[in-house]
Amino acid sequence: MDFALSPEHEMVRRTVREFAQGELAPLIKEADRKQQPPEAMLPRMAGQGLLGICLPARYGGQGLDYLALGLACEELEAVDTSLRVVMSVHVGLNSLGLLQWASDAQKQAFLVPQARGERIAAFGLTEPGAGSDAAAILSSARREGEEYILNGEKIWMSLATRAHHVLWFARTDPRAADPHDGLSAFLVETDRPGVTRGDLHGKLGVRAGSTGWVHLEEVRVPAANRIGQEGEGFAIAMSCLDNGRYTVAAGAAGLIRAALELSVKYALQRRTFGKEIARHQLIQEKIARMAQQYEIARLLYLRAGWMKNQGLRNTRETSLAKWTATEAAFEAAHQALQIHGAYGYSDEFEAERLLRNARGATIYEGTSEIHTLLQAGYALGYRGDRPLRCELPAHQPGM
Amino acid sequence: MNIVVCIKQTPDSAAKIAVDGGQVTWGDAPLVVNPWDEFAVEEALRTKEKHGGKVTAVCMGVETAREALKTALAMGCDEAILVSDPALKGCDSLGTARVLAGAIRKAGEVDAVFFGRQAIDSDTGLTAGQVARLLGWPALTYVAAIAEWKPAEKAVSVQRMTDEGRQVVESSLPAVISVVKEINEPRYPSFMGIRKASKTTIPVWSLADIGVAADQVGEKGARVGWAEMYAPPARKVVCEMIKGETPEETAAALVDRLIAEKVI
Repeated sequence: MDFALSPEHEMVRRTVREFAQGELAPLIKEADRKQQPPEAMLPRMAGQGLLGICLPARYGGQGLDYLALGLACEELEAVDTSLRVVMSVHVGLNSLGLLQWASDAQKQAFLVPQARGERIAAFGLTEPGAGSDAAAILSSARREGEEYILNGEKIWMSLATRAHHVLWFARTDPRAADPHDGLSAFLVETDRPGVTRGDLHGKLGVRAGSTGWVHLEEVRVPAANRIGQEGEGFAIAMSCLDNGRYTVAAGAAGLIRAALELSVKYALQRRTFGKEIARHQLIQEKIARMAQQYEIARLLYLRAGWMKNQGLRNTRETSLAKWTATEAAFEAAHQALQIHGAYGYSDEFEAERLLRNARGATIYEGTSEIHTLLQAGYALGYRGDRPLRCELPAHQPGM
Repeated sequence: MNIVVCIKQTPDSAAKIAVDGGQVTWGDAPLVVNPWDEFAVEEALRTKEKHGGKVTAVCMGVETAREALKTALAMGCDEAILVSDPALKGCDSLGTARVLAGAIRKAGEVDAVFFGRQAIDSDTGLTAGQVARLLGWPALTYVAAIAEWKPAEKAVSVQRMTDEGRQVVESSLPAVISVVKEINEPRYPSFMGIRKASKTTIPVWSLADIGVAADQVGEKGARVGWAEMYAPPARKVVCEMIKGETPEETAAALVDRLIAEKVI
């Protein structure tokens, strides 16, 4: 067993940290206040290769492994959650979904430009009436010759107004006895006639990020845009979530680290009752918990990343990492704000942004309640993972 | 063009430096490429991208300095060479310059050697000039812009940063060029570069390889001795709040205080 990161991983981590702190951090505060993603964010991330970090070089990616993806997400969310969300959606949910399920022709057409960062990808599962109950989606797709005609509405979609492609889940068989079996996945280009979309404002957190809705009305897509087979949509969506959740888990570890670093800095400076507040045991307890939770979150996501590298199914481990890290991140941000006292309540300091940003992650990509049920299901033997027709490929160095 | 860039591995600029028993320590702070040298690497890469050729990064140091060279490779350098030898312990800047000059001679026909203006740890800023002297090449120090490369004429024209302004200097090649931060914005290592760097074997040259005698370097060859090493005593800071009824009064009181303190 080896807990050390390789020199290559260390260099990736340091590079993403310096890049995120130097090129992206200065953009965040204003973007968060304006609820407007900085225009420079996606081009800069693309230019650094982040949008294809763990995709094989033969598909236009940077050829690094899944651990590198996690490390990048940790460093990005230590700056702002909106940056990690880009990775979750573009890389985790969409591109890795294509890597796992798309045909080679589809990979050439869609994955290559995404991996190069030339085109931006989003993920459309959640609907106004279907969140945790994903099989209840109402979006529909009916086949007409060599085309499908899609209708429906997706909401809470990150990068909705920025994306060139959306991986869209729709019901192709309304008569399927089990609603899970009636779903299929499509790659929908957002410039097709009948696509309308917009941004959502008034979110509690991740205000520097782009979140919106997309509406399809009689949108025709070629049958060649269907990812996987008809009826495989639910399985595809769930395996996309195995990758998205991994990025959320790794990012949450970064948010805990940011909360810890802010808290340590402030606690060593601020004085009350004749000493720096770090000398007070109740402050120490909060710091100790953050240090503890950071290590737990980090080890859990790194294990999930290691499993992905080996090509091992990791639904259970990724869910555990996501659930644990996002709950701990909210608590860490809450305590960081408390350590900062009234200053923490102001947006002059960063703690309040961490708190607002941390909250959403216990809802998206599986609520904490869903993950609790998953973990109970695994522990009680009520659930297990069957092999899939297409598994996420193990990392192959040099590819 | 055949370019060499000399880099040093230093503690991170955020490291907490302390003196312990006459020795400088920085705890477990990470070691990085000397930040000034990043500008030198960047300028070397830009020169290669425009005029072709190759960039070789050279570093004198212990085994850990390999990581600094990997960063240079990840930024885009073609080759990297570590000069390491037990006899190098205790080198002053002259010893370092003898080593680097030896490595540059061994590297073959070189058109230009880039340095950062100084290293953030020892801060002498001497090495580039000493290397130029040893090689017998012109030293173009504190360069803020390369005005023009003239490879065909074996010449270069640069702008040097001086206290008074910019000085335009023409020089023959090969030359040693030390750069200031105004010259460019260093790139971040690329992921492809990181992958390449982790696969590249970095050769280690010993003193024998570069033809430098052991008594010319290290503690034996040092012309500079460190008589004593201590941390500067902590400064006493007194905070005084200037008060007035109106902003104008406060400003006037502040000016009076600053004049009294001979600050203005």
